Amino acid sequence: MQIYRAHALVCRGTGCSSHKAEEIFNELERQLQDKKLTNEVKVVTAGCLGLCKSGPNLVIYPEGAIYSGLQVEDVEEIVTEHLLKGRIVKRLLFGDTEADAGIKSLDDVGFFKRQKRIALRNCGVINPESIDEYLAFDGYKALTKVLTEMEPAEVIDVLKKSQLRGRGGAGFPTGTKWEFAAKAESKQKYVCCNADEGDPGAFMDRSILEGDPHSLVEAMAIAGYAVGADKGFIYIRAEYPIAVKRLRLAIEQAKEYGLLGENILNTGFNFDLEIRLGAGAFVCGEETALLTSIEGKRGEPRPRPPFPAVKGLWGQPTLLNNVETYANVPPIILNGPDWFTQIGTERSKGTKVFAVGGNINNTGLVEIPMGTTLREVIYEIGGGIPNGKEFKAAQTGGPSGGCIPASHIDTPIDYDTLVELGAMMGSGGLIIMDEDTCMVDIARFFLEFTVDESCGKCPPCRIGTKRMLEILSRITEGRGEEGDIEKLETLAKNIKAAALCGLGQTAPNPVLSTLRYFRDEYEAHVRDKKCPAGACKSLLDYVIDAEICKSCGICAKNCPVDAIEGEKKKGPFVIIQEKCIKCGTCVEKCPFDAISAS
Amino acid sequence: MKSIAELEEIRKRTLEEIGLRKNKNSFRIVVGMATCGIAAGARPVMQAFVEELKKRNLHDVQVTMTGCIGVCRLEPIVEVISPDGSKVTYVEMNPEKAVRVVAEHIVNGRVCRDLTIGEAEGVK
Repeated sequence: MQIYRAHALVCRGTGCSSHKAEEIFNELERQLQDKKLTNEVKVVTAGCLGLCKSGPNLVIYPEGAIYSGLQVEDVEEIVTEHLLKGRIVKRLLFGDTEADAGIKSLDDVGFFKRQKRIALRNCGVINPESIDEYLAFDGYKALTKVLTEMEPAEVIDVLKKSQLRGRGGAGFPTGTKWEFAAKAESKQKYVCCNADEGDPGAFMDRSILEGDPHSLVEAMAIAGYAVGADKGFIYIRAEYPIAVKRLRLAIEQAKEYGLLGENILNTGFNFDLEIRLGAGAFVCGEETALLTSIEGKRGEPRPRPPFPAVKGLWGQPTLLNNVETYANVPPIILNGPDWFTQIGTERSKGTKVFAVGGNINNTGLVEIPMGTTLREVIYEIGGGIPNGKEFKAAQTGGPSGGCIPASHIDTPIDYDTLVELGAMMGSGGLIIMDEDTCMVDIARFFLEFTVDESCGKCPPCRIGTKRMLEILSRITEGRGEEGDIEKLETLAKNIKAAALCGLGQTAPNPVLSTLRYFRDEYEAHVRDKKCPAGACKSLLDYVIDAEICKSCGICAKNCPVDAIEGEKKKGPFVIIQEKCIKCGTCVEKCPFDAISAS
Repeated sequence: MKSIAELEEIRKRTLEEIGLRKNKNSFRIVVGMATCGIAAGARPVMQAFVEELKKRNLHDVQVTMTGCIGVCRLEPIVEVISPDGSKVTYVEMNPEKAVRVVAEHIVNGRVCRDLTIGEAEGVK
């Protein structure tokens, strides 16, 4: 057995892969060969650390030094300085790591210090393509324990006591769901996983699948045992090629080790897993549509009840959970429900993974205990808002959720507080918006998404959201009419009441929640034809400041529609508003910053 | 198909290989590997540590490197940091001394006084 004195973990999740992680990996191996260090330093493929904005990332153990934003040329320096001479290359370290020669573990870095990684426990720490490394970090111990020491009912009991709630959106108690599926009587039952992560900006599930695919395989086998199913399906979107590849590999490895298939661990329990690829339709993230799609039909929802736990896949009882929910199961089995209930708030236990994006410095993935405030997420973990801007609002739950305004920044985040605020946990997309964001435009953006993704089965969603989008577009273009806001409210109410599936019923949420907190912005658009945030282009007037203008004529020369008039060196130029198409070219071109939008 | 015992075996073996990503409370051996250290022979010293630890199955001991401490004339310098944070500095090391440090200090908890910086500098 080869023991290495250092391990270099190259993050090869989707984020870092798109930033040349593979080239870095190859260069690292080449440099180590060059310096004859291949016997001392091990290069490992790892999953996502969550520091996606700073990628590609490389972590070197035992120091736990995080190098980020690497270029291929930097690799040589790291190998010569750090791995050969032992001097950490400070200029390449991730922002707030002040790693010196002292012990430095990931937990000491500000970005990780406030986090509690349960679902992401192995992401970025083990090689996701190696079942042995998963085993070493307590992998498949929970499955072994369940199969050899526990009755199915005991497993469900542990989950119920842990008070784990579904991490996919609505937060239904997981143990109760398992109990329903277990109690349903049938010869054939199924266990399914929803890995069809469709919210714009959300990538929690992808990172778990890429960084720790075995945790899902293990949890689904546990679920199969608990509810009495011998067949499982993972529904994953084809747009996640790395995740699909690693999941396939994980399933193969598990079969090879006898952890999937027939007579698992000689206990007589059979469980088989299959992957189903989705084409990336948002509606297939809705549970009934997802199951319909697995059956090979067009992905359209159907009314509930009957719920999938009673009548799901091919009419049989089916347990369906989200990736992150499953990822929580093995640690709960191993550490017991009491350990889990210590984390979190009164009614929301454990942690939640958020994909933090938008106007924030550390764009990426964080896992925080329930009850952490938005302020901690933004300022202590997220590194604050770029360019010294003010925080305005955060959108949670994607197109089904709502916004949390700055006035509620100190609210502890859990399932119930978010619902009270008119938002929702959702799958965990967290989009941070600064003062320059127009809330009407944000609502319009999400509605555009829903209209695009509506499956068209029920009229409230198909037609209703379309009408809402038309009104919103009108408002942001300065053609809003008196009464538009009220029309939006009526439509929203009707769609919520009448749409067929959860996605349709929640589609008006972005409008309702922005109306709740930012009604004045809507009114400013409609009545004064002004966008207070200065984001809606149609409502802006580009003006040349006569005092600053040197009448050089560069703006007029570059204007694509000849909307700027004036004569060189003879007094300031003027923009003819009727002709102006608000493209912003003149602002960029003016050498004296004399043109601005207001 | 693997049995539960076999899985446990794989678990143990792999953990030994990758344990340094996990262990935080263990001895840490820091070898000075700046130009002065390398010129004085720090590389064979470090390799001797790695080899000896491997031989003795001491997989939770970390071997890391550091830069120049400033006492270049006493290189190769090796610091052994205990789990409790206390630090012993060994100077003018060579591979044989490294083997001794592992046997006496790491395994048996007895500091090799004669190899320490205090001894070399005559501080009693």
